Amino acid sequence: MAISLRAPGRSNQAPQKKRAPRRQGIAGWIFVSPTLIILGLFLLIPVLMALWVSFSDWSGNGSPFSAGVHFIGTKNYQQLLSGGGLAETNLGTSLRNNAWYVLLVVPIQTAVSLFLAVLVNRAVLRGRGFFRTAFYFPSVTSSVAITVLWLFLFSTTGAVNKALSYFGLHGPNWFNDPNGLVHIVFGWFGVHTGPAALTQHTALGVSWWDWLAGPSVAMTAFIIMAVFTTSGTFMLLFIAALQNLGGDVQEAAMMDGANGWQRFWRITLPQLRPTLFTVLTLGLIGTWQIFDQIYTGTKGAPENTTLTPSYLSYTSAFGNQEWGQGAAIAFILFIIIVVLTILQRAVLRERRVSKRRMRQYDPSLQSTSSKELSR
Amino acid sequence: MSTNASIADVTAAGAEIETADERVTPLKPKRTKAFFASSIVIYLILVAIAVLYIFPFLINIATSFKTESDAAADPLSLIPQTWTTAAFRTLFINSDFPTWAKNSAIVAVFVTAGRVFFDSLAGYALARLTFRGRNVIFACLIAVMAVPSVVLLIPKFLVINQLGIYDSYAGMIIPLLVDAAGVFIMKNFFESIPASVEEQAAIDGAGTFRIFWSIVLPMARPALITIIILSFQGSWNELAQFIISAQNPALTTLTKGVASLASGSLSAGTQYPLKLAAAAIMTIPVAVMFFIFQKQIMNTSEGAVKE
Repeated sequence: MAISLRAPGRSNQAPQKKRAPRRQGIAGWIFVSPTLIILGLFLLIPVLMALWVSFSDWSGNGSPFSAGVHFIGTKNYQQLLSGGGLAETNLGTSLRNNAWYVLLVVPIQTAVSLFLAVLVNRAVLRGRGFFRTAFYFPSVTSSVAITVLWLFLFSTTGAVNKALSYFGLHGPNWFNDPNGLVHIVFGWFGVHTGPAALTQHTALGVSWWDWLAGPSVAMTAFIIMAVFTTSGTFMLLFIAALQNLGGDVQEAAMMDGANGWQRFWRITLPQLRPTLFTVLTLGLIGTWQIFDQIYTGTKGAPENTTLTPSYLSYTSAFGNQEWGQGAAIAFILFIIIVVLTILQRAVLRERRVSKRRMRQYDPSLQSTSSKELSR
Repeated sequence: MSTNASIADVTAAGAEIETADERVTPLKPKRTKAFFASSIVIYLILVAIAVLYIFPFLINIATSFKTESDAAADPLSLIPQTWTTAAFRTLFINSDFPTWAKNSAIVAVFVTAGRVFFDSLAGYALARLTFRGRNVIFACLIAVMAVPSVVLLIPKFLVINQLGIYDSYAGMIIPLLVDAAGVFIMKNFFESIPASVEEQAAIDGAGTFRIFWSIVLPMARPALITIIILSFQGSWNELAQFIISAQNPALTTLTKGVASLASGSLSAGTQYPLKLAAAAIMTIPVAVMFFIFQKQIMNTSEGAVKE
């Protein structure tokens, strides 16, 4: 606080050289210092402490740096990744559950939020404010409140099953149904047990057949909830970006005869790339950390099919007093998120247009639109 | 996949309408027909989605006025068979609900003010100021965003305890004062607005903070409102941080309190009306917040610079 308040004085006192890089340097550091201090104190230092705990036998009593706490190497990690016990099976199960969750939620929520943003942003639309409010509304509710609502809507006698019954469908017992969606589909074709090749082999204590089970019916309810609650937030980001695009490039493309479809894919979407990157990054990071919903709702039930790594980490530490394992789970999750984020960054990186694709546009290269586009 | 296709469809339709509006006469009659048809289709889609998005909350409100047996018997109806405010009376008279609400309000106000200021400061510095270490800081920020908040549950508790702010508002608020995602959003935004206005001001001799405070920030209004909404909502809805920073019942926030309701600490039976009443009330402030700011979200920075 104090540091940032000094900022105006500091920068005004500095000699009024035109665009002096040094003055900018000092101002830059002052501007970022509150962020650095708070993040350092409550993020960096705790992360380092957690790293130590994950390599120690700390039992939760006293300071983790006291004399009674020993360095035990990678024992916690070994137990989780190749211990063969319950710890390994639980971790495998939680990663399976969360992977399916991410795989479904991230693409769907990104597509839905962009879809809603484009619809709502249309200049001619009447009642725009109403629709934007309607779509954003689920985003403002807390995950706790919405989980409470979801538990009611998806209960056995709840609203969803009631609505399904109007269509002659018998809804599942949502939050108590551990069956995986993929397994259910196989079941329709009479396949109830997997081939030996899949059931005989395990990874992280979970058979390959079970890895492929898909999200359980209970998890599916959480997936629907995630899309419902986050699409509004991301829609706002897309709308803000769309409004900043400015019409000139669009107009230029229109003059060149590009139709709406082409303009969306070739002009609007590329210009939205920074926002798309933000949305995908936030989505990926957020979905791997699903915790509140599980804490409030199912607590991992039924049959551990809504168990997630973050909730497992929490219960291992605070529940079972396995602090080292809890911290180790958190770091395994951390590494997964970092690796996936880097991968995604690499995939979405701005690339030079290849010669082959360039040729497609050759006739129009001489026209004004290419200048506009490359600007 | 099909969703993507329909996005493009809709944009295509939308674009045609713009063309119809802007171009002069010859094609007009034909386009107007297309305009009419596509508009109806789009409205139908929008209305259908809107109903899907709003209906659960109407059920939520209706159920909180129902009796428990009514809630189980007819979960879809929006009109209670017998109106009762029993759920609300229980919440306000026989529970700590008012205390939870007060705590949530205190935390949310401080966190929002802090984030708006600190996030935009840092975002501006990272987007516009050249200084040594800028790229390193930005890389760290990306890394920080990837840190699962749950990694921090145990050690954050230790740090808070070490600083002597466990079981206090300070311990609940200070760790939330900055968020990396907010800095990231502000940085992205500042990069998207033209630098020429600031350059003008710099030539006129304005200091860096002056430029930031009186020129850049007002232009950043759409992004700032996004930050306000996200951080008020974020702190009001935060759960994990409060689980580890306080255990005093007098410092319980709404999220923690209602989560304990959901797992049944106050209740016998399902108690859906009670739980849904609590959920409805805790949604009101963030909803009001959004209604206040939603008009301003429409403003853009377009037109700040004439080229």
